[in-house]
Amino acid sequence: MAGVYVAGVGFTKIAEHWDKDLEQLMAEAAVKALEDAGVSTVNAIYVGCALGEHLQCQANLGALMAECAGLTGVPAFRAEAADASGAAALYSGFCDIASGRSEAVLVVGGEKLSDGLSEEVSSGTLMMSGRSWYEGFMGIDFYAMSALLYRLYSKRYGDEGIPFFPVISHEHAEGVAHAQYPFKIALDRVLESPFIAEPLRMLEVSGIGDGAAAAVLVSEELARRLKSPKIRMFISSATDYVNPFDREDPLRLQSVMLSVSRVLEHAGISRSELNMVELHDSASILGALCLESGGFSPPGAAGKLAMKGEFGLNGRLPCNTFGGLKARGHPFGATAIYQVAEIYLQLAGRAGKNQLDKARTGLAISLSGVGAAAFTSLLKMEEV
Amino acid sequence: MGMRVPGYWRNMPFLYRLAGWKCVHCGAFHHYKPVVCRRCRSKEFAQVELPGSGRLIAYTVVRSPPKEFERCAPYAIGLIELEDGTKILSQLTDFKENELRDDIRVEAVFRRVRINGEQGIIEYGYKFRPALSRS
Repeated sequence: MAGVYVAGVGFTKIAEHWDKDLEQLMAEAAVKALEDAGVSTVNAIYVGCALGEHLQCQANLGALMAECAGLTGVPAFRAEAADASGAAALYSGFCDIASGRSEAVLVVGGEKLSDGLSEEVSSGTLMMSGRSWYEGFMGIDFYAMSALLYRLYSKRYGDEGIPFFPVISHEHAEGVAHAQYPFKIALDRVLESPFIAEPLRMLEVSGIGDGAAAAVLVSEELARRLKSPKIRMFISSATDYVNPFDREDPLRLQSVMLSVSRVLEHAGISRSELNMVELHDSASILGALCLESGGFSPPGAAGKLAMKGEFGLNGRLPCNTFGGLKARGHPFGATAIYQVAEIYLQLAGRAGKNQLDKARTGLAISLSGVGAAAFTSLLKMEEV
Repeated sequence: MGMRVPGYWRNMPFLYRLAGWKCVHCGAFHHYKPVVCRRCRSKEFAQVELPGSGRLIAYTVVRSPPKEFERCAPYAIGLIELEDGTKILSQLTDFKENELRDDIRVEAVFRRVRINGEQGIIEYGYKFRPALSRS
């Protein structure tokens, strides 16, 4: 398989962008990424978006995106995997380059959640996370599902440190220009926030925002010709039963376990060599489950390790270095591309005040729902 | 919303009677009519009705509900282990404040679940309540 390289990234601030349509937001990120990479065109465009039909009455996002980025004529279509749609687009783009068919592709993800009322967004997450005639019919949304996992987790291991995950994410987001919530919050505030679905509290889940992110992926040959640093990308994915309670052990996300092992094997990297991890902390408990299922923490220990500072910017394994889903924000179809773009900035030495020392490898875990699918991306700085 | 009357009609056996298909080889329950078993890929199934009682493993309360359930909030959701070991999810109903606890016995009842779509179709299905005979 041919090597795939990230040549440039671009993204918007995550906020309520009242003055922009979905495709304008995506075009903004796309054009930034193309300029960052120093390429004027690409062989294909892959779009990630979860709720276009639901919130904007808009499908056919491939052609629309090509037009808005001034690239009409380029093949383009959308990939969908609920809130991991951006990762599905990355996966498609990766395969295109790895197969040797394309030399450069544009991957762009976007979501405008503020176009809907929060109940509509909630209906959307409900529809996309679970089966519509099972969980959906009974009103069991993403929050309820996460809350039930949280209960099982607390019964088996206790909940010590789980509410600390949002504290870490917010600490890292402080002052980050593209973050939706660029400020710190104290553990007390998390614990005093009202329940959204007990034991899950309002400040333990990501908010509703708009954002778009893009990356240009290129072949090894083109990467050699471009000025950007040589940052190689790998991506793997796996699925699991959609309802977590149909799984052998609901607290072990098999999709994460498999996709993490596969991507590490593919990249020839061990867990201890990783310099950073981006988690899918759409709910605090999921951040912990990502770490445990990915083999970065023993089962039941992620919260305790979080309290010890292991996942801080100066810790053993820095996590969510720009705030993760909780504080940077979680515009579904764009999220995975933000994760990869942030690792890219760290590896390229462009992370500003959040810059890690000697970051050479980073991994991002992106989930659909509560792990029905997981995509794990890995970026690795290569010596020239 | 995109959930239509034919879909409701197709899913009535499960929603009304907890009826579904059990794999003859591995025992996995499917609330939908499977083509192959999701666990062992066998093609042999027996139609079954799940037992209408079991134990509440865990529960939560939805306080910020999806649009279709705005008028029902707050409502409780339970993960239940039925007497045959099948685990299912359900709304919980007919309970008094502080009555919900892990491990209590629960039983299925037939209830109105929601009014759906612009046509205002009233949709029914199972919910679970604390068992009346506490043993």
